[in-house]
Amino acid sequence: MNIHEYQAKEILAEYGVKIAEGGLAYSAVEAVQRAREIDGDVWVVKAQIHSGARGKAGGIKVCRTHGEVEQAAEALLGKSLVTHQTGPAGKICSRLYIEAGTSIAKEMYLSFMIDRSSERVIMVGSAQGGMEIEKLAETNPEAIIKIYIEPAVGLQDFQARKMAFALNIDSAQLNHAVKTIKGCYRALRDLDANVLEINPLVLTTNNEIVALDAKMAFDENALFRRHKIAELRDNTQVDNREVAAAEAGLSYVGLDGDIGCMINGAGLAMATMDMIKLAGGEPANFLDVGGGASAERTEKAFRLVLADAGVKAMLVNIFAGINRCDWIAEGVVHAVKNIDMKIPLVVRLSGTNVEEGRRIIADSGLPIITADTLADAAEKVVRARNEVVAREA
Amino acid sequence: MAILINENTRIIVQGFTGKIGTFHAQEMIDYGSNVVGGVTPGKGGQTHLGLPVFNTVKEAVDQVGAEASIVFVPPAFAADSIMEAADAGIKYCVSITDGIPTQDMMTVKNFLRRFPKEERMLLAGPNCAGTISPGRAMLGIMPGHIYIRGNVGVVGRSGTLGYEAADQMRLLGIGISTSVGIGGDPITGSSHRDILERLEQDPETKVALMIGEIGGPQEVEAGRFAKENMTKPLVAYIAGLTAPEGRRMGHAGAIISAAGESAAEKVAILKELGVTICPTPSLMGQTIAEVMAKM
Repeated sequence: MNIHEYQAKEILAEYGVKIAEGGLAYSAVEAVQRAREIDGDVWVVKAQIHSGARGKAGGIKVCRTHGEVEQAAEALLGKSLVTHQTGPAGKICSRLYIEAGTSIAKEMYLSFMIDRSSERVIMVGSAQGGMEIEKLAETNPEAIIKIYIEPAVGLQDFQARKMAFALNIDSAQLNHAVKTIKGCYRALRDLDANVLEINPLVLTTNNEIVALDAKMAFDENALFRRHKIAELRDNTQVDNREVAAAEAGLSYVGLDGDIGCMINGAGLAMATMDMIKLAGGEPANFLDVGGGASAERTEKAFRLVLADAGVKAMLVNIFAGINRCDWIAEGVVHAVKNIDMKIPLVVRLSGTNVEEGRRIIADSGLPIITADTLADAAEKVVRARNEVVAREA
Repeated sequence: MAILINENTRIIVQGFTGKIGTFHAQEMIDYGSNVVGGVTPGKGGQTHLGLPVFNTVKEAVDQVGAEASIVFVPPAFAADSIMEAADAGIKYCVSITDGIPTQDMMTVKNFLRRFPKEERMLLAGPNCAGTISPGRAMLGIMPGHIYIRGNVGVVGRSGTLGYEAADQMRLLGIGISTSVGIGGDPITGSSHRDILERLEQDPETKVALMIGEIGGPQEVEAGRFAKENMTKPLVAYIAGLTAPEGRRMGHAGAIISAAGESAAEKVAILKELGVTICPTPSLMGQTIAEVMAKM
């Protein structure tokens, strides 16, 4: 789960990381009010969306008067910002963070994440901040330092010092740097974050170390014990279809194609989507209905897939293990009748009680196209989709 | 032979008396697995499904000689149950539980590393369908009837995609020595490589099939291991060609977050390492058949 920059900064401040003075605004009037509350004569108006690279998308504006703050706020609020991380639809900006301008002497990079290879938290830093770490890794990998942290003992002072020296921090700021670095690590560990990235971490002309940006992402599986974090979820930053899916307890990812999918199991779902692509189609979604696909759950999944008006045909692929094909078939027949489905449906059933399941589909009298194999199912759904598109043309 | 489990392996169920534990314990018993009891703290001394219930894993090890365990404990408590099994001297543990926090798994792996290698419990999962040595024992939740006994060793992240592969092989008359689910989480007890090492040493296994997916470094590491250390042919399928970068595809670990983690990149690297790639997920059985025909 992702959170906004301002939320990450509030968390980091509690862990002893210095941040610039700032406040949240939902309107241009509030934005000006926040600017008035902040000392100084430069303010930065920052669009709060769940994406990096906001600067390039015009989401960060430096202002020198309250009038400029108002104009920047009006320009950003209610707009969708498109970055290379948001996809073409962009993300809606409904909150702004108004921050005091910071006089920067030096930009650095600092991040912490759970490294799947070493199964440890890894701390990554560079004295060259401000640019994307992926690009730096390509152009100048020597400029990046990585430190692995032993889970049993946690981040040690010497490791934090090693990082601070690698960031070219002067001895005068060493203690502050160590405090900052250790604070970040504790925030990640205490709150079950997967990623914490500060880019840039800056040294100000007043010789302070400040987190100028902050990104945190949390482990969904740990939210049951992180209630305060769970409350930071902002559904305006998530695809509407995915919000509805989460409420129905289904695992759904919206994609750009037009063939709707309902499958049990994440791996089989990915494989089925691959088959659709190899057959010349494009999936509209990833949807794993899970092991216990009851009739009610099946209908919810159908409604979710069909709520996407761009879907031209739908494929159901179920490999029943614990489940039984006859139960699934009954659920599908029930859903199709209840929903009054207007687009072609291809169903492929396999596994436990498959004959019975196929018989229920055949006896239903509904215009359901059945398929025996994965390849057969993908070809049939792509053909059905093409026929719909041809008719519409 | 087969690896990890056979008809003699003495199995206990952790989370035995719960609804899910009860259902799958019965399925495993019906399949012929040697289930010798279960653990539910606080219910020790009771009998469930005609078998003894213990308060601790250690009691099960001491009293009925438990060697392997399967964990159905809810996510908040599963890491603790896995560590209890390791501490009690269980040799092989399968964790079915989906939704264990990643940092809990970091703790589990760190705990396991404290044991000398020869005494260390092997963990498969979490978030997997389990392990089956067809015709001998099932330590999992899979539909046992789609697996026939044979010479293909299987390791995979996904449950249902593993069923798909087993079913394709069955329809071609190809059997399986052992199939191991390693699970879809970012940190797993065993890696593809860990299981391939064992399949390489198993005389019954002639060919290995790896069913991987997007995200993480495991498939490529396994490919490197195969190139350097395996005499048996390795066939692989990597799911997720259509998965966009940065999006989690159901499994907690199925997310492309670094270079080399997409399906296309993994396939290209594995091909270079001499791994035979299944061109589509509907040709897993067919690809295995072709590889076996050449042997």
